[in-house]
Amino acid sequence: MNAASPYFGQIINLLAAILLLLSFAMLSQRRILSLIDLFMAQGAVLCASTAVVAYATGQNHLYVSAGITLLLKVMLLPWILHRLIRRLNVKWDVETLINIPTTMLIGIVLVIFAFNLALPISQLAGTITRSTLGIAMAAVLLAFLMMITRSKAVPQVIGFLSMENGLFFAATSATYGMPMVVELGIALDVLVGMVILGVFFFQIREQFDSLDIRHLEQLKDD
Amino acid sequence: MNANLAAGILLQFLELIAALVLAPLLSGWVNQCRALLQNRSAPPLMLPYRQIAKLFEKEVVLAGNASSLFRAAPYIIFACMALASLIVPTLSTDLPFAAAADAIALVGIFALARVFIALAGMDVGTSFGSLGARREMLIGFLAEPALLMVFFTTSLISQSTSLAIIVETLGHREFAIYPSLAFAGVAFTMVSLAENARVPVDNPTTHLELTMIHEAMILEYSGRHLALIEWAASLKLYAYSCIGLALFFPWGIPQGVGIETLLIAMPALLFKLAVGGVILALIETLSAKMRIFRAPEFLGTAFLLAVLAMLVHLLLEAGK
Amino acid sequence: MQDALAAPLAIDWLLALVLCWLLLGLAGMVAQRNLRYVARTLFPLGAAVGLAIAGVAFAALGEVPETVVLPLGLPDLPFHLRLDSLSALFLVILGGIAAGISIYAAGYLRKGEGTAPGLQCLQYHIFLASMALVLLADDAYAFMVAWELMALSSFFLVTSDHRNPEIRRAGYLYLLIAHIGAIGILLSFGVLQGGNDMAASNGVSDYTFAHMRMMHPDGFWATAAFGLALFGFGAKAGLVPLHVWLPEAHPAAPSPVSAMMSAVMLKTAIYGFLRVSFDLLQTRLWWWGVVVLMLGLFTALFGVIFSAVQTDMKRLLAYSSIENIGLLFVGIGLALTFDGFDMTILAALALTAVLYHCLNHAAFKSLLFLATGAVLHATKERSLGKLGGLIHKMPWVAWLSLLGVLASAGLPPLNGFVSEWLLLQSFLFTPGLPHGYINMLIPVAAAAVALTAAIAGYAMVKFFGIIFLGQPREERLAEAHDAGLLERIAMIWLGGLCVALGIFPVFVIEQLDAVTQLLVGTGLGAAVRSGGWLLLAPVSENRASYEPLVFLLVILAVGAATFMLVRRFWHGRVRITGAWDCGWTLQSARMQDTSEGFGQPLRQVFSPFYRMTREEPGSFDKAPRYSIVVEDHFWYWLYLPVARAADMGTRMVAFLQQGRISVYLLYSFVTLIVLLFLIRG
Repeated sequence: MNAASPYFGQIINLLAAILLLLSFAMLSQRRILSLIDLFMAQGAVLCASTAVVAYATGQNHLYVSAGITLLLKVMLLPWILHRLIRRLNVKWDVETLINIPTTMLIGIVLVIFAFNLALPISQLAGTITRSTLGIAMAAVLLAFLMMITRSKAVPQVIGFLSMENGLFFAATSATYGMPMVVELGIALDVLVGMVILGVFFFQIREQFDSLDIRHLEQLKDD
Repeated sequence: MNANLAAGILLQFLELIAALVLAPLLSGWVNQCRALLQNRSAPPLMLPYRQIAKLFEKEVVLAGNASSLFRAAPYIIFACMALASLIVPTLSTDLPFAAAADAIALVGIFALARVFIALAGMDVGTSFGSLGARREMLIGFLAEPALLMVFFTTSLISQSTSLAIIVETLGHREFAIYPSLAFAGVAFTMVSLAENARVPVDNPTTHLELTMIHEAMILEYSGRHLALIEWAASLKLYAYSCIGLALFFPWGIPQGVGIETLLIAMPALLFKLAVGGVILALIETLSAKMRIFRAPEFLGTAFLLAVLAMLVHLLLEAGK
Repeated sequence: MQDALAAPLAIDWLLALVLCWLLLGLAGMVAQRNLRYVARTLFPLGAAVGLAIAGVAFAALGEVPETVVLPLGLPDLPFHLRLDSLSALFLVILGGIAAGISIYAAGYLRKGEGTAPGLQCLQYHIFLASMALVLLADDAYAFMVAWELMALSSFFLVTSDHRNPEIRRAGYLYLLIAHIGAIGILLSFGVLQGGNDMAASNGVSDYTFAHMRMMHPDGFWATAAFGLALFGFGAKAGLVPLHVWLPEAHPAAPSPVSAMMSAVMLKTAIYGFLRVSFDLLQTRLWWWGVVVLMLGLFTALFGVIFSAVQTDMKRLLAYSSIENIGLLFVGIGLALTFDGFDMTILAALALTAVLYHCLNHAAFKSLLFLATGAVLHATKERSLGKLGGLIHKMPWVAWLSLLGVLASAGLPPLNGFVSEWLLLQSFLFTPGLPHGYINMLIPVAAAAVALTAAIAGYAMVKFFGIIFLGQPREERLAEAHDAGLLERIAMIWLGGLCVALGIFPVFVIEQLDAVTQLLVGTGLGAAVRSGGWLLLAPVSENRASYEPLVFLLVILAVGAATFMLVRRFWHGRVRITGAWDCGWTLQSARMQDTSEGFGQPLRQVFSPFYRMTREEPGSFDKAPRYSIVVEDHFWYWLYLPVARAADMGTRMVAFLQQGRISVYLLYSFVTLIVLLFLIRG
């Protein structure tokens, strides 16, 4: 066990901070392509932090989680998203529903909320990663916020995926990850969800000639 | 004790001379890197010196209704920037002058210079001048608090707003990773780009008046006044670079005073500045200038990131 | 009383001086229309009295509190007066600023402007005397009498040009909100008084402050008293959302009066709030501080973003006053929070920042208001869009107001920076508050304060640049003349205060020590003194330090050295021609940025805060017109609905008014029957 070394804790904290930074970057990003890049970076950070936790605590199953993350979130999903975008031809900037500084301001409020929420929980947890729980929760909430403020379908899906990243990170930091079965199940869910949503995109566009979700409001009258 | 103080004052003086000499060189170096990165043939490294010398030779052409404020402003701005470069620890942290102004006062100096340059821009009463002044103040009112928050983050870490002590804490105490500095660093980079009229916000080499910010304010200046303002602008870039280096890469700034420490500090400073210049040129090459109304968004993001840096510090680092 | 006659106390001197003010005011009534007599004799005398008050009060700082009972007023309710360090500090502000403003007024009064000079003299001196009494009062009765006197005399001063309906409207609004606030203060004193069972046994009369200090109200009643005081004094100070009178009344009043109101009268509200929350209330809860902090932050941000988009120079300053009041409340909130957690040294730091800012704001805001008065007299123009280029015609006013502008923008080495610096320092020392949310709130609040200060710089550049720089926007501005000698002396005095307060902070903080000792039981005096008179280090030199004098000297030295070296090595040749402006030949003064244009970026960035009505020309308009009116949401969201509700209510009551005597008699009859029945029951 080399958990005694303070540097692992610090490195994990640093990675957590970068994760949060990326969440904010996604919140303020208009371009879909950059969003995918940021999502990829987030996956990479997640993978790295899981690996560090695995090394620091000797929990070998976490290596597997890190591997799955790497495969799924850094390679497969961005690839699918890129393909989707090329097929759908939606590369342009997307205006947000609320302007970006306001969104960021709400984001900061959420971070304060999440940090304070996590404070009592993380005191209970005995893991070396416990202080990052607040950041994980903040990442989940920020991804949620991002989904709310986007009107186009693709950024919403990226928000959804990023939310899953936050949850995954929360699980790692609170209890050193979920049981393997659950983790595999979630990975599969995400993949299937992605495929379904991809089909869904084409359907929306065929129906409305656009991926603007605001068009779905029209369905109400039918 | 007195000998120490004398040495300190000498070092302080040396720091000022270094700033005055190195500042145009840094601008020249950034321009050269930028040209090379953009596949242009690079201007000579010494060009800024020659430009300043040439401007000093030229006579001043003054608009008829320029007031005395217009003529005094270049000296005030130059003095502010010189003072700023005196305060930032570059060669040593043991400066007798460090107590005179802390990080908040440093932000105040930059604000003072900004107010004077904006007022000078409005003085002649041309449309471009006041346009530039308005935009400069727009950039300023968002960049200034962001810079202050970056300093606050480091102050929270080191329990002090004195720059010398901040640098000592970050550079010489036990090595530790501060995640909050990641946020502060990003925010600081964004602020420095805006404050020094660099590409995503302003273009230092533009010739299109409608897109100008910094250049628009100084359109009416000529001769020695313009030379001083150009020199002050390069001093500002130098001071910001040194702040960045001092806060985020403080290694190599010695604590003591002496010949042998200088021998380490000087090459370290030059090396870090050279690398910093390359990075700046790279950022400028890779990004495109934004519309002026994207600038508040850009700076607002920087501001909020700096606030986040403080929050992250409180969550992850405080109480350990 | 016998002792007092034997050796007059400071408070006796002060009372005598206040009486002098009153007598000067009455002397004005002797020859109401004689401008020379009123302006050249009475006002300078008033200024001398002001200086004397400042001097006596300054000497009383840190001395033992002195009390006096005046057998005035109602039987059994004599006026209790008391002079302690807190009153003394605010009396110093009052006296010092009044000295400047009275001298200015001596040169400012003109024939045919507003009411007769003698009457203005009376109102003005009653206003000054009533403010002094507010600061000296030691019982609720004397306080409320002085408070009302202050409101009324300032109301008459505001409406001195009462032929203008807009000014009457502004005056009415001011009086209305002043009275709503006064009700809050009165009720707060009532709650503080509590029962009167204790008093009799201790020999302390009812409704004196001494009595209130002995009460220890429980949490609920303490909160009630605190909330009412916050409401009442907040209304006087201009705390959002009770600020609406301020930007109306300040521009309406003659400039010396606006200066007096903004510089000193708003401070009496701060004084009252400090008095109630730190002196009279013995129980303090930490969360009050958070409430005050949030309100203050909102007020500061609100004030400053409105200040930057104003087109009337006095309104711009009025909104800037709102901002400064907000900052003061932020400091008070911080101090309350720290005090609630028993961190007294931090509370003292925050309070020092508050008191220092009171001094600073009084100095620079009166200077700026006086400058607008000079501009107004020289040009007959208040709208920024019609001014410009006045630095050539009015160099004295321009350079002096540059001092005020730099101080107001919080730039070193002037005074505004020092208090801002102290305030930010007290934010920075916070971590470690035993409450998660508050701990996280503090950095966000610090960020908001920094943002406010930076936007204040924007507004001040706009103020100075549009009025004094550029080309004159109207032709008749060429006839503008500089301020007269008396006006210049006044502005030099106030400008000198701005510089002195900025350069010698250590000395000032040593004096403030006495006040913070009184309020929170500790002060920064010792810590500051240890650093020497040059170095300001409020807690320790390793944490933070600032040397304004060195700062100023280096800037001057480097500037001068550069100037000499450039002259020595090169030349000083100058050729004067027309402006270049990139070769655009068709240049007119109309093509400069207007005040609307200068505010446009802020309107864009903070658009949700403003209620904007734009009138834009079409593409093919022959005579295009563009106009924009920026208003306050609060007016529409809060005041108009309240006014409408009040209107509806009165309409219902008006239903009773039939106009027939017999119906009125019926009302009385029914009332009588009901009352008789009730007594019977």
